[in-house]
Amino acid sequence: MPDIRDIMQTMEYGPAPEDNTEVVRWLDGHAAGIGHFINGAFVAPTGPLAEVWNPANDTVLARLGHAGAPEVDSAVDAARAAQPAWAELPGHDRARYLYAIARHIQKRERFLAVLEAMDNGKTIRETRDGDVPLAARHFYHHAGWAELLDSEFPGQGAMGVCGQVIPWNFPLLMLAWKVAPALAAGNTVVLKPADLTPLSAQAFAEICVEVGLPAGVVNIVQGDGATGALVTGHPGVDKVAFTGSTEVGRTIRRQIAGSGKALTLELGGKSPFIVCEDADLDAAVEGVVDAVWFNQGEVCCAGSRILVQEGIAAVFISRLKARMSKLRVGDPLDKTMDIGAIVSKAQLKRVQGLVAQGQIEGAVFHGNLGDLPAAGNFCAPGFFTQTSPAHTVNREEIFGPIATIMTFRTQDEAVTLANDTRYGLAATVFSQDIDRAIGIAAGLKAGVVWINATNLFDAAAPFGGMRESGFGREGGRSGLESYLRPAFAPSGAPRPAPRLSPVAQPLGGENAGPAIDVTAKIYIGGKQVRADSGQSYTVTGPSGAVLGQAALGNRKDIRNAVEAATKATGWGGVTAHNRAQVLYFLAENLAQRRSEFETLLAVVSNPKQAAAEVEAAIRRCFWYAAQADKFDGAVQATKSRHVTLSLKEPWGVMGVVCPDEAPLLSMLSLILPGLAMGNRVVAIASQSDPLVAARFYQVLETSDVPAGAVNLVTGPQDALTKTLAEHDGVQCLWHCGSAEAAAQIESWSAGNLKATWCDGGVMRDWLDPVQGQGRDFLRRATQVKTIWIPYGE
Amino acid sequence: MTPDIPRMTGTDFTPSWFDTARVNRSAAERRASSLTARRSVKKDWQAAWLLRAVTCIDLTTLAGDDTPGRVQRLCAKARQPVRPDLLAALKVDPITVGAVCVYPTMVPHAVKALDGSGIPVASVATGFPAGLTPLPLRLAEITYAVEQGAAEIDIVITREHVLTGQWSALYDEVAAMRAACGDAHMKAILAVGDLKTLSNVYKASMVAMQAGADFIKTSTGKEDVNATLPVSLTMLRALRDFEQLTGQTVGFKPAGGLKTAKDALSWLILMKEELGTRHMMPDLFRIGASSLLGDIERQIEHHVTGRYSAANRHALT
Repeated sequence: MPDIRDIMQTMEYGPAPEDNTEVVRWLDGHAAGIGHFINGAFVAPTGPLAEVWNPANDTVLARLGHAGAPEVDSAVDAARAAQPAWAELPGHDRARYLYAIARHIQKRERFLAVLEAMDNGKTIRETRDGDVPLAARHFYHHAGWAELLDSEFPGQGAMGVCGQVIPWNFPLLMLAWKVAPALAAGNTVVLKPADLTPLSAQAFAEICVEVGLPAGVVNIVQGDGATGALVTGHPGVDKVAFTGSTEVGRTIRRQIAGSGKALTLELGGKSPFIVCEDADLDAAVEGVVDAVWFNQGEVCCAGSRILVQEGIAAVFISRLKARMSKLRVGDPLDKTMDIGAIVSKAQLKRVQGLVAQGQIEGAVFHGNLGDLPAAGNFCAPGFFTQTSPAHTVNREEIFGPIATIMTFRTQDEAVTLANDTRYGLAATVFSQDIDRAIGIAAGLKAGVVWINATNLFDAAAPFGGMRESGFGREGGRSGLESYLRPAFAPSGAPRPAPRLSPVAQPLGGENAGPAIDVTAKIYIGGKQVRADSGQSYTVTGPSGAVLGQAALGNRKDIRNAVEAATKATGWGGVTAHNRAQVLYFLAENLAQRRSEFETLLAVVSNPKQAAAEVEAAIRRCFWYAAQADKFDGAVQATKSRHVTLSLKEPWGVMGVVCPDEAPLLSMLSLILPGLAMGNRVVAIASQSDPLVAARFYQVLETSDVPAGAVNLVTGPQDALTKTLAEHDGVQCLWHCGSAEAAAQIESWSAGNLKATWCDGGVMRDWLDPVQGQGRDFLRRATQVKTIWIPYGE
Repeated sequence: MTPDIPRMTGTDFTPSWFDTARVNRSAAERRASSLTARRSVKKDWQAAWLLRAVTCIDLTTLAGDDTPGRVQRLCAKARQPVRPDLLAALKVDPITVGAVCVYPTMVPHAVKALDGSGIPVASVATGFPAGLTPLPLRLAEITYAVEQGAAEIDIVITREHVLTGQWSALYDEVAAMRAACGDAHMKAILAVGDLKTLSNVYKASMVAMQAGADFIKTSTGKEDVNATLPVSLTMLRALRDFEQLTGQTVGFKPAGGLKTAKDALSWLILMKEELGTRHMMPDLFRIGASSLLGDIERQIEHHVTGRYSAANRHALT
C-alpha cells in the first residue's frame, strides 16, 4: 500500500468499497434457493435450481427456482381471488399500502442498492442515487393516484389480473414501474423478474409481507422466458405488460393475439442524440456520459446514436475522447467507479460481437484503453466514428457502453437521420437555441425527448415508445390509464356475420337497377377512384332489394389508400382550430343532407333508428370538433427548474375497420377521433352497407377535408383488414369487424407492432355517447410525447 | 516533485475564442453534482488528499479589524498548519499552507512574520472588493503591495465591463494590472456572484487569461454567492480551452464558500477530473479560505486517533 507521502504526489483515489455485509447475510439466509411469492407466502423452489451470478466477480450469489405451470397457475389464481376485494378497497386504503411500500423501500435503501449492484453489476452510485430513490418515488406517486382514482378517473375501473414481465437492466425500478400503477388502479399482479437479476424482487416480496399487503395482491414467480410465456399466455390474465427486447415483445404480441388481453410494451431503441453547432459542447459530452455510459449502456432509451453537426464534429469528438479517458471501469461496489460489469457473459459477448462487426463494416472504433479487472464481465466504453446509417452498429441496439457518431448538415437532416430507425423510444437534443431545440423535438418520432439533458426520469412523466419501441406509457396519468378500462359493460351481443358477401358480379336480369346506374367508388387521396380490381359487387338491402353496386376493393387499393394517407402530412400540421372547423363543416354538410342519409339508413339499417343515427352522427362531429383543441397535453410536475411537457401527438396513419351496425354513426365514431387529433385515416367501410360510405365521401368532398386525410375502401372486409393490419406504414389500427378477423388482427399487426384496439367482435351501442364516443377514443387516437426542458441561465 | 511550469504570458485580445460561448447552467449543475457522487476518497487516501488541500490553502484574513497582531497569528499558523504530532503519526514531512493573503497595508507585517518560511505573501489590491476606485489608484495599489514584498497579487475586475459586454476594456484593464504586478503572480478575481450567468463567467475567464492572469479566482468572499462547483467547473473549462489554444498553463483559485474538509475534497476531485493531477498542486491550485483549515485538522486527527476531534485541540489561526 502506498504511504501518505506518496499519495500526496500521485493523488490517486484509492479504493472506496461499499460495505455489503448485510446483503451477504441476507444471501446466506436464502442459500436454500430463491423461490416464488404466491398468495402472500414464500413458496420453496422445486426441481433443479439455476445459478444467479455476480457479474462483477464470477461468483454465484444465489440459486433460483423455476416456476412451471403449477406455480404460475396458483399465482394467477391467487391474484384472481384477491382482485375484487383489492379493487373494492377505498382508494385511500390502497394508498396507505403503496405509501407503506415506498417508506419501506426508503428504509432499506442501502440494502437494496447494494443487492441490486451485486446482482446486476451496475455501480453502487447508480443504484444508490438512481434505481432505489426512483423506485420509492414511483410508489409515492402512485399512492397518490390510488387516493385520487375515483375523483380523477370517473367511469373507469381496474382491468383485473396483470401479468408483468420485466428485464434485467433496472430490476427494482422496472418492478416499481409495473407494480405501482397496477396496484393503484385496483389490479392484482403476477410478476416475473428476469432470471439474471431476480434478487431485488425477492427483497420486494419481503417488503410486501412487512407492510401487510393482502395475500395475492402481488405474486412473484421466478424463472426464465418459459415462465414469462406461461404468465403472459395464462388465460386468467387480463392485462400483459412487458419491458424488454422488441423481439420478445413481438412474440408476446403474437402469443396473446385475439385473447382479449390488454397489452403494453416498452421495448428496444436506438435513440438519437443530436448535438447542434450552437450546443454547449461540454454539456453535450457529459450528456453522452449520462446517455450511453450510464448503466453500462444497458439502457433501452440510451442515446447511443450520436448525430453531431458537421462543423463541430472534430472538436466534439476530441472532447468526447478526453472525457471517455477519465471513465473508471471496475468493481460496482467501489464508489469511485463510473461503469460496472455487463450483466452476463452472453451479453458481453454480444456487445463485443457488435463492436467487431462495426469494424468489419468499416467504422472506426475508439475505445477506452484502461485496464479492466481480470474477473467479471467488464467492457470498456467506446464509440464509433465514420459510420453511416447502413452500418449494423447504427441499426441494431448494442445494449452496451458503445455509441456511434454520424454527422449532419442541417436541422432537417438531423431529424431525418434521427428518424431513420424502426424504433422510437427516446431522443436527445443539445442546442442553446430554444427555437431550434423545440423545432427538432417536434419532428422526432420518439416517446421521450430530452433537451440539453438525457435520461431524466420521474414518476410523473410518461415514459414509453413509438413505433417498434412499443406502445403504452409508464408514469403519470398516461401510465395509469394503461391499467384502467371503462367501467361500462359492452351492451352488445356478438356481431353477426355481414349480410352481404362481396362477390364480383354484374347487375342484370330481374335485379334490374335504378333508373340511373349508381356505382359507388372508393375514395382515396381526395378522389373517387375505381377499384384496382375493376370490379364491383351488388349491394342489396335487408329485404333483398338491389340498392346499387359498390367498388370491390383489394389489397392494392389498401396500399394506395395508405400511400395517399402517408403523403397527407399537412393535416397533422394545421392548427387544432382548423381541424375543428373542418369537423364543424362536416356536421353542417351532413345536416344539409340529413333526409338523404335518413332515407338510405332506413333502407339498409334499422328504419326506426335512422333519424336518431343521423342526428347522433352530426352531434358526434360537433363533439370531436369541440375536443380538437381541448384534448391536449399537460405540463408534468417533475423536477424543479424543468418544464416537462407531455404532448398528445397523432399516430400518423390510422386504420379503422367499420362495423355493419349503425353504419353511418359507427363509421364516423371511428374516423372522427383520429381526424380530430390530426391523424390521417384509412377506413374500411361496412361490408354490408358500402353505399353509406359512398354517400359519406361526397360529404367529405364538400367539407374541406384535405386530400388523403380520410380514405374509404369498400369490399371484402376481412381480406382488406388483413392487408391493412400487416401494412408497416400504418401506426395504429382500430377494429370493429368480424370475430374471425378480431381473433387475428393483433397477430397481423405484430410486424411493425402497431397499436391496436379491437372490440373482439362484440357490438356496442353506438348511439350511447358513453359507449360510442369519449376520451378513451381520443386517448387511443394519440400517443404521448414527453419533452423535458431544463431551464435557467 | 512537480516540474516547474513556465509563467504564462497571455495573448492578444482574441474575442473569437469566447464571443459565441454559451454555458448551459442545468448541465453544469448536473455535472457538478454527479462529479462528487462519482468519486470518493477514503482512509489513507483521504488523509493524503486533505494534507494536499492544506498545502493549497491561501490562509486569509481580509477584515476591517485586521491588525499586525492578528496577521502575525495567521502567519504562525501558516508555518505550522497541522499539529506536528499528527504529521509524524502520518509519516509526513512538515507542510505549510500555499500562501497568506491579506490587505495591502498588512503586507509588511506578513512578510516579516513569514521571513525564512518560503511562504509567499499574497495581497489583494485594486480597490478590493468592489474595484471601483480610479484605475491609476488601483494600479498604484498593486505597485505598493509589490514594493512591500507581496509575491502574489489578487486583483478584482470591473464587473461593469462584463455586465455591459465591454470585453476589450476588461482586457486592457487586466493587462495593465498584470504589467503593474511585474514578477509578482497575479490572480484575477472575477467576482462570479456578480456576473450571474455561467456564460459571463466563461467569457470573463477567457479575457482575464488573454490579459495575462496567472490564476483565475472565483470570488472576493464578499459577494452574495462565492465559489460554487458549477462556477468552478465553468472556469476550469475556460482554463482548459485556453491551455489547448495557447499551450500556456493557468492556475485556479476558488475562494469563499469552502468551509469543510468535504468541500476541499470536492474541489480536488473537480481539479483531477477536469484538468488532471498536475493541477492539484499549489503552484496551480489554491483555495482561498479562512475557516476551512480548522475542519481539515479535525478530520486528520480523527484519521490518526480514530476519535472525533474538537476545535480547541488545534491552534487558532
